[in-house]
Amino acid sequence: MVKLTIDDIPVEVPKGTTILQAARLIGGDVTPPAMCYYSKLKTSGGYCRTCIVKVEQGSEKDPRPIPKPVASCRTEVAEGMVVRNITSPENLEARAGVVELLLVNHPLDCPVCDQAGECHLQDLAYENGKEETRFEFERREFDPIDIGDKIKLHMNRCIMCFRCVKVADQITDGRCHGVINRGDAAEISTYIEKAIDNDFSGNVIDVCPVGALTDRTFRFKSRVWYTKPVDAHRDCDKCCGKVRLWNQGEEVLRVTARKDQWGEVMDNEDGSTAWICNECRFDKKHINDWTVEGPSEINRHSVISANHYDTLRNIKLDTLRMLGGKPHGEKVDLGIGALDPNNQHKQ
Amino acid sequence: MAQTTDISFKPETFELIQKITKRYPEGKHKSALIPVLHIAQAEFGGWLSPQTMDLVAEVLRLKPIEVYEVASFYSMFNLQPVGKCLIEVCRTSSCWLCGAEDIIDHLEHKLNIKVGETTSDGMFTLKAVECLGSCGTAPMMQVGADYHENLSIEKVDNLVDGFKQENKQSRYC
Amino acid sequence: MSRKLLLKNDHVPGIATLKTYKENGGYTTMEKALKTMSPDALLEEVKTSGLRGRGGAGFPTGMKWSFLAKPEGVPRYLVVNADESEPGTFKDRYLMERIPHLLIEGMVISSFTLGANSAYIYIRGEYFYVSRILEQAIDEAYAAGLLGKNILGTGYDLDIYVQVGAGAYICGEETALLESLEGKRGNPRIKPPFPAIAGLYGCPTVVNNVETIAALVPIIELGGAEYAKIGIGRSTGTKLISASGHINKPGVYEIELGLPVEEFIYSEEYCGGIKGGRKMKAVVAGGSSVPILPTELILKTAAGEPRLMSYESLGEGGFVSGTMLGSGGFIVMDEDTSIVKNLYTFSRFYHHESCGQCSPCREGTGWMEKILHKILEGKGTLKDIDLLWDIQSKIEGKTICPLGEAAAWPVAAAIRHFRPEFEAYVTNPESIKDVKHYYRLNPTV
Repeated sequence: MVKLTIDDIPVEVPKGTTILQAARLIGGDVTPPAMCYYSKLKTSGGYCRTCIVKVEQGSEKDPRPIPKPVASCRTEVAEGMVVRNITSPENLEARAGVVELLLVNHPLDCPVCDQAGECHLQDLAYENGKEETRFEFERREFDPIDIGDKIKLHMNRCIMCFRCVKVADQITDGRCHGVINRGDAAEISTYIEKAIDNDFSGNVIDVCPVGALTDRTFRFKSRVWYTKPVDAHRDCDKCCGKVRLWNQGEEVLRVTARKDQWGEVMDNEDGSTAWICNECRFDKKHINDWTVEGPSEINRHSVISANHYDTLRNIKLDTLRMLGGKPHGEKVDLGIGALDPNNQHKQ
Repeated sequence: MAQTTDISFKPETFELIQKITKRYPEGKHKSALIPVLHIAQAEFGGWLSPQTMDLVAEVLRLKPIEVYEVASFYSMFNLQPVGKCLIEVCRTSSCWLCGAEDIIDHLEHKLNIKVGETTSDGMFTLKAVECLGSCGTAPMMQVGADYHENLSIEKVDNLVDGFKQENKQSRYC
Repeated sequence: MSRKLLLKNDHVPGIATLKTYKENGGYTTMEKALKTMSPDALLEEVKTSGLRGRGGAGFPTGMKWSFLAKPEGVPRYLVVNADESEPGTFKDRYLMERIPHLLIEGMVISSFTLGANSAYIYIRGEYFYVSRILEQAIDEAYAAGLLGKNILGTGYDLDIYVQVGAGAYICGEETALLESLEGKRGNPRIKPPFPAIAGLYGCPTVVNNVETIAALVPIIELGGAEYAKIGIGRSTGTKLISASGHINKPGVYEIELGLPVEEFIYSEEYCGGIKGGRKMKAVVAGGSSVPILPTELILKTAAGEPRLMSYESLGEGGFVSGTMLGSGGFIVMDEDTSIVKNLYTFSRFYHHESCGQCSPCREGTGWMEKILHKILEGKGTLKDIDLLWDIQSKIEGKTICPLGEAAAWPVAAAIRHFRPEFEAYVTNPESIKDVKHYYRLNPTV
């Protein structure tokens, strides 16, 4: 076991653990945000740079600080390491810089984005962003495309986390999409129009931290906070069959995998990841297809349970500001304006 | 893998590709991808069509997307058709200091196209590119694989007129 | 005349051929190394020589080599970085084109020292004709028993292959280079692990610049201690400098480290002074990514000492008043040069070359280019200058690989040393309305 401190909180973890995983054990505010890291996907992380932390002391043996901020998701702990996340103003400033850069080309289309309300970028912007954007040029634009009849790709919203590429590599039997072009022209694409078509392709939707990959069968059906999540299962010969249904009354609007507090797909009892197949996700939209277990415990990224958004008006204005928009009085409706903590219970 | 394409490499090219794959350890034949894309580009008209890339994927036993990902990363691979003669003028610092913009302006005027365009007869494509490591002999341009350095307006005129006369096809590798 | 080690025979007609190279003493050092020295003894010589990586970072080569993991039954690789893409740098091309056998000889000595039996030269795709010269030289060496199985009867085997890139500056970063060599996109790897532990195909690998490997020949020929006497302080040996811009004699020069910058720029032996007898305005001393310095700071340090061509002297004063030797790409600008426009060409370059893998570089490089373009168009504001400064600070140190710093440093230095010029662009745009033609091909002298 290795002992270290994160924001002065001691923690003990097995050798080989990353700083981020150690921070997740502590939980709460000292846990750095992670937009590209995904513990269930090998080689993920390191790209978005939002999880950066300051290593004030490298280890007991070599107490020198690491001169640059490190990606906590890809840096292993060391005995006697001293890590600063929220107790380092310098680190928070650096992260705010990364968040601003992540947002310069983001289209601010939350009002029409199905991810609104459970978007990690919204959370990130809310928690770490600046008041307004300083980017005044035209944003990078791509046309939305259908990759197959079930998945929509809005490249404009993509933050290049590479999770979907890793899903295709690691849990499907043939990857046909990837990253093409270079630099800020890079995009997720099949290059020539191709459907992403295999039994597990729908999992790219679950790992996408933003609204770049969304479920066409749920498209514009409802804002997520108007739905009620319940855990359910069925006997499935392709996957674990353990899912989360997003219902309105008796109607199943959407099926997803079950996610934990970090927004990651949960594990099965045997330790494997509870990815779900496309049949469960896209074709089983009747409540009778499922055995309902009960209401879901909602992760912190869902606007449904996350009361870290203050009031209705603040959500509207703050999110807008964080995403870099300019308030135009009451006319602006980000689509989350209808969220009313009291209203929720009536759904 | 299913036959994805009805084009094929010349037998001697195919042999060369087999030879190239032997430069790498067993199972590491993906290393041959970039050299083979160069060869494919040269053999199929100076650019890489999806069909050409699919052929490369087939020959190297790779998924097509792996080839698209790589081909679209590197600036020397043309994913759109280019003219018979591809002129690329360097415009970074040292070349700019030594007059690259005048060379580009002159070529735009002379060929009656803008940077990034191809002449209507399909003869010339003009590109402005980043540093080609010819800073001490600036300004310079690359035509296909060939370097032309210490350019002046007169030298560019002579070169381009010569290319026209000989109906030059750029050599890529 | 300065002492020459690498380029002492570069003007001998036919030196690119094996025959002439051997007639001028070529491959005798390799023979000495293979037949009379052990890998450990060779490594000691490299350490003693004080040789530092010539690609830009200046990391001690002997130390880098001593990190190489040596697990049983796992191959080790030497990869020569001939990607040379740093604007202002063209020395490796010169060396490979003129004296390809010097690199090959250096590679055999290095590979033998490291215990590698396969070595690759990764050369940028645009240097296609140079790759042909190398391949020809390699063929000659094989035919003469200087490469392949049982080299010179010593029982040592080495194969050398040339791998061409295809246009990507980022592949000069050693892990991006390895990715590219494996047939992938040139995305830098997240470190650790470093290549010395897991490099090419996951095996222990040393990646070194062309000039570094070539320097092995004089180091083993003279002995590390003798080599270390050349140069100044911890900047030992000689260095190839690529000189370009507004000088009378652009080209590649081999200098003894420690040569005064002023002598390098003005003496007839080297750059021969500024074109047209004009005044010098600024110099980028080590390739596009190092901080630009105005004349007064490149000729003398802030403390008034003469600035020397060495790692330490050019670095004197940190980034406040100093710069770096970097790759030795020396770009000289005369009094008429627009620093803002020159910076724009750099920022456009880094934007074009960002791999797109990590967000600060992917998004920040394009933003900086756009702001500079706006300033050049005469539409900028004073706030834009501060914004540029702020963006570069948000990229620096936050990225996976050093391209972030390479893109940030030139912006910071140009603003630091030439702020009034930036301000003139935004407060008096009329004065720069001709900016596209700010510098003409044949300026009136």
